[in-house]
This record gives sequence, structure tokens and C-alpha cells, in this order.
Amino acid sequence: MAKSNEPIWWSLFSAGGMVAAMILPVLIIITGILVPFGLVDDDPLNFERIYTALSQSYLIKLILFIVITLPLFHWAHRFRFTLVDVGLKSVSTLISILCYGGAIAGTIIAAIIFLRI
Amino acid sequence: MAETMKLEIFRYHPEKDNEPTFQTYEVPFLEDWVILDAINYIKDEIDGTLSYRWSCQMGVCGSCGMMINGVPKLSCAVFLKDYYPDKIRVEPLTGFPVERDLIFQMDDFMTKLTEIQPYIIRNKDEEKPLDEGEYLQTPAELARFKPYSMCINCMLCYAACPVYALDSTFIGPAAIALGQRYNMDSRDHGRDARQELIASHEGIWECTFVGECSAVCPKDVDPAAAIQRAKVSSTIDWFKDVLIPWGKKK
Repeated sequence: MAKSNEPIWWSLFSAGGMVAAMILPVLIIITGILVPFGLVDDDPLNFERIYTALSQSYLIKLILFIVITLPLFHWAHRFRFTLVDVGLKSVSTLISILCYGGAIAGTIIAAIIFLRI
Repeated sequence: MAETMKLEIFRYHPEKDNEPTFQTYEVPFLEDWVILDAINYIKDEIDGTLSYRWSCQMGVCGSCGMMINGVPKLSCAVFLKDYYPDKIRVEPLTGFPVERDLIFQMDDFMTKLTEIQPYIIRNKDEEKPLDEGEYLQTPAELARFKPYSMCINCMLCYAACPVYALDSTFIGPAAIALGQRYNMDSRDHGRDARQELIASHEGIWECTFVGECSAVCPKDVDPAAAIQRAKVSSTIDWFKDVLIPWGKKK
């Protein structure tokens, strides 16, 4: 029986799940509730301010990169299995290429944007 | 007959019937009757042609698994009173070919159970002579695998698993949990031998962690957790193989 290459996708999927479960809710509260409803002073999401902070810190870039890219792989893996399970098993290779390809493309785009800042 | 209850039972005799039908039986309602008691009553008093498997009547043998209102359960462990006064629908466990009435074919599971090698495998040169006594284990070592050893092979987890229903090449919850039970046993050296099957696509990687296997397990084996743990350890193996190719070759 052939050795499976699933571990690479599964580990990215589970790491993405961890990020989605633990960090994204915090970001949703900050960027989706606290700031828009004016519950915090001092305009924390001011563009200039964020841009300057990002351009000066590789650590912030790295954290944002992880927070953006790992959930992409989480989506890719889950969406792939969902499509296969609803009956698209005959085109499962194409689905894998599109899902993981999409996540890889998103990762490359995120990397390029962060490197340019 | 004082109070009664209705059971709607799946009937199918492949040599005679073109397709399955449902037959409704009226049985006495007794507070302390489980569904298996009612089915035994039907077999003894109403219709001797009804076929089903049962043995111990105490949740140990694992033979009386049935779909009760669409949920896989041991029919010896569900009381009529939990459904009274509604009609109860009884079907064979889903996902398996029907042999007759409530009896399904378990050949596929039996093959998988054998393939997973659910027994202690020792390295040949590390087997000690009988007169040196048993292999001792600490309570902590026992606790690592004990929950997984409680499986009674009732196959409720297979009937609950949507992955197995779609693709029966999947090794499935109970077999993987049993493999994990031996992998985690301090006396066992068979992990590499089992890993080829467990780490294959048909092994743990088909599982999408729906978790229904653990929800229906009458023995709290938690096969879903066993599979997730096997995924973690197989992933560690995979990265070791890729990142340290000069390490131990399998």
C-alpha cells in the first residue's frame, strides 16, 4: 500500500484550524466589533499607523503571515473533503489541485505583499 | 394485554423478496423491557420467521446492534419506555449488505480486523522465556491503551460513520482504534507492521473527524480520538522521514 502524502496537508490543515479557533475570534472581536462600534479610543486601525508598524517589524509581518496563510490551508483541506464527500470523487485530483493550489497561491501573494511593505 | 407498543421492523429475504419491506408488530409495553426483549417476544410469540443476532443481553457480546429510529444502538441497551408511546423503527445497521431481516454481513469488518493485526507483536529476539514470568506494566502504561481495549466489535461505529458509508475501503473506526490499542501497549513492538495500513490513504487519512463513531460507542472507546492520535503520530513519522532521511529506514 502506497505511503500517503496526506500528512503534509493534514498538518497544515490542523495548524490552520488551531489559528482559526484561537486567534481569528480575537481578531474578529477587535476588527469587527470593538473598532467599528467605537468601543476603543485612539483609532487603532488607522492605515498609516498599521502600515508603519508593519514596515518596522518582521515579527508582526510573520504573525500576520501565519494568521492569513494557515487558515487558507485549513479551508483547502476541508473544502476538498466536502466536495469529494458530496459526490465529486471522480474529479478528486482536480479538486485537490484547485484547493491546495488556491491556498499556495494565497500564501505566495501574502508573502509578496509582506515583503514589499 | 394492557399497554402495548408498536415496532416497525425491516424485513428482507434476498432469495424471495425483490426489495425490503417494513412489518409492524404490536408488543406488550413493560417498563423494564429493552428493545431486544420486545424483538424476542415477536420471535417467540408472533412471528418465528424474524431473523436477528443476539446473545448476551447485557452489552458485552456486541451482536445485537441495530438502527433504532435511524440511530445505531445495541438493542439490549435501549428501553422501550424511552420511546413510549411512539412507534419504534428497527433496521439492520447501515453501511453493510443485508443477509436477512436485521442480520447484515460482517465479512468486510472481519477482514479489516484481521489486517490491523490486533494482537501483541514482539520482536523475535526480545521474547523472554516463559519461566521468566509475565511482562509487567505500570498503571500509567495500562491507562494509555485501556479505553481502546474495551471495544466489543459491535460495529455501531461503522454504521454511524458517514465516511465508511460513502467508501467502504476505509479501514474504519473500530479497527483503527484496536490498532492504536496495541500500538500504545508498552509490551508491543508491532507499530511498524501496522503502520503500513494505518498510515495509508484508506487508513486514518480518509477520516474527516465527524466524531459520530465516538458518539454512538456503547463502551466509550472514543475511536475518533484514537484516529486523531494516529494522525498526529503518523504525521510526525512523515516529517521525520522527509526531514531526516538518513534516520531509521522503515
